Amino acid sequence: MPDEALRTLAPAWSAVALLILGALTVAASMLDGVLAARSHGAPNGAVRPFGEAARLMRQRRRTTVEADTLLWRTGGAGLLVVAALMVTVVPLGRWTLFDLDVGVVWFNALDVVVWALVWLTGWGANSAHSLVGGYRFLAHGLGYELPLMFALVCPAIAATSLNVGRVAAAQDGLWFAVWMPVAFVLFLLGVVAFSVWGPFSPAIGSDIAGGARAELSGVDRLVFEAGRYALLAAGAAFAVPMFLGGGAGPLLPGWLWTLVKTLVVLGLLVWLRRRVPAARPDTFMEVGWLVLLPAALLQTLVVAVVVVGRG
Amino acid sequence: MSMAVGFGLLGLLAVLSGAAVFWVNSMARATYALALSFVAVGLQVLFLQQNYVGVVTILMMVMEMAIMAVYMVMFMGMNPALMPMSMVHSNKAALGIAVATFLALAAGVLLIDWPTRRGTPAPDVTAALGDALMGSKMLVMVVTSPVMVATIVAGISLAQHRTRYDRFGDDLTQRPSHDTQPGGGGR
Amino acid sequence: MTLELTLILAAAIFAVGLYGAISQQVVVMVMMGLELMINALILAAAGFWWFLAPNPTGQVLLMVILAVMTLEMAMGFAVATLLHRVRNSDMTDMATDLSG
Repeated sequence: MPDEALRTLAPAWSAVALLILGALTVAASMLDGVLAARSHGAPNGAVRPFGEAARLMRQRRRTTVEADTLLWRTGGAGLLVVAALMVTVVPLGRWTLFDLDVGVVWFNALDVVVWALVWLTGWGANSAHSLVGGYRFLAHGLGYELPLMFALVCPAIAATSLNVGRVAAAQDGLWFAVWMPVAFVLFLLGVVAFSVWGPFSPAIGSDIAGGARAELSGVDRLVFEAGRYALLAAGAAFAVPMFLGGGAGPLLPGWLWTLVKTLVVLGLLVWLRRRVPAARPDTFMEVGWLVLLPAALLQTLVVAVVVVGRG
Repeated sequence: MSMAVGFGLLGLLAVLSGAAVFWVNSMARATYALALSFVAVGLQVLFLQQNYVGVVTILMMVMEMAIMAVYMVMFMGMNPALMPMSMVHSNKAALGIAVATFLALAAGVLLIDWPTRRGTPAPDVTAALGDALMGSKMLVMVVTSPVMVATIVAGISLAQHRTRYDRFGDDLTQRPSHDTQPGGGGR
Repeated sequence: MTLELTLILAAAIFAVGLYGAISQQVVVMVMMGLELMINALILAAAGFWWFLAPNPTGQVLLMVILAVMTLEMAMGFAVATLLHRVRNSDMTDMATDLSG
């Protein structure tokens, strides 16, 4: 399977990609609903996201004094757009929407856009708590972004290509997750971080009344929340060609393996939310620069030495 | 043809959002107008087949503008989200100089008899860039790296107002250090 | 898509940036003007590379421009921070010590 060249699909197929992304988003929110219900001992968690969505769609939109509506709406709606753009470079089996030769950098550029979007969501509302949330996200961003970049560099070095399809094809027999575990873990950490998820959710924490999303209501809040789940799904989908061998696997066709692996990674990330303590924005920077970044650099060095040694 | 139209529209977007930087009343809008201008130029560079440079431009500039917005909010001693700001000096002269510069450059662009294209792009432009940086043009990287390091050191020593004596006490023995902002490393 | 169109767009961005760099009083806004001028350089250099001489090594110039931009940002923010702390101001008009 990995030996076959990727086929670029017509742009119309992006509707299918959007549907898949939407299905993954719904699946992630349902799993989170189940886990939330179980932790409270309540039944029927899987339908909670639908009830919540219905409630938000009927809710009246609140607004604040002197809100910068343009920037606010851009920030809130942008997360979904970024997630959709991310999955365009992820090959599904042997099909891809956008066979960009620098797909890895494309993904990286998009995850940086999330910095701007979350801060804008915090800024636009013209409300103190929500701006604090925006700053918290930037503080996290300064800590997680460089380790994430070097985590993305590792598979690219090993595959000697920035093309996502070639990176997937280069893992013939041995997944990158196996022999570059540090990069894999740092990548997942980055995905969790740019989705404002789990340990990186102080930016929308309840101690600051919901942070960046404090003033979001109704459809705006629904779109913002869906954007977070979609980002998580897009990150999980991107982990598959980068670290988990893409569509490689026995029996099943490549596209199905890609989806199965994506669901497993996504499930893991959703589950992590209730298992990992929050990373405090004021102290995480030092962790990022003094622990995670050196670890990422060492991992890059190891990968580079292995690649040179292999010839 | 559609390529040319897309390219031209992106260029127009880059110019207009660049002008919006000095026109809008809000610091956040000014900063992100500049970011939009960079994104448009980055996409234009993609049209010019330099995928790596184009995408990296977008990556760097969006990140930089996210930080720049923080500086803008930090340093502006007022809230331009609530009141219009006009903080300019020698406005007319600046306008005159800018227009004259544009006319001179545009005249040059149109009057010069540009040479025809020499050479052909490499099959893999990104790989060619990497080969050049690590091969024939390595001197560029060798010079850029120490300049970057010097910039980091100079930037920190300019911006930092606390010395090691503030952190560790007069005889440098105070542990953990006395920091206004504690780090997470427990030093 | 011609070289002339690319260069005229670049010239327009450059002129807008120049206007900002001269007219703005706030240091960070001056930096934005400079950034716009460098933005124009990126576009012009990319245009020159593609339309005149797309040989493999030409893109190195663009990497140098990107490096220049980071240096400008880093030093600009450092100076702005210093200025703000020492003078409690972020205006260029209050930092005229070296003007003749």
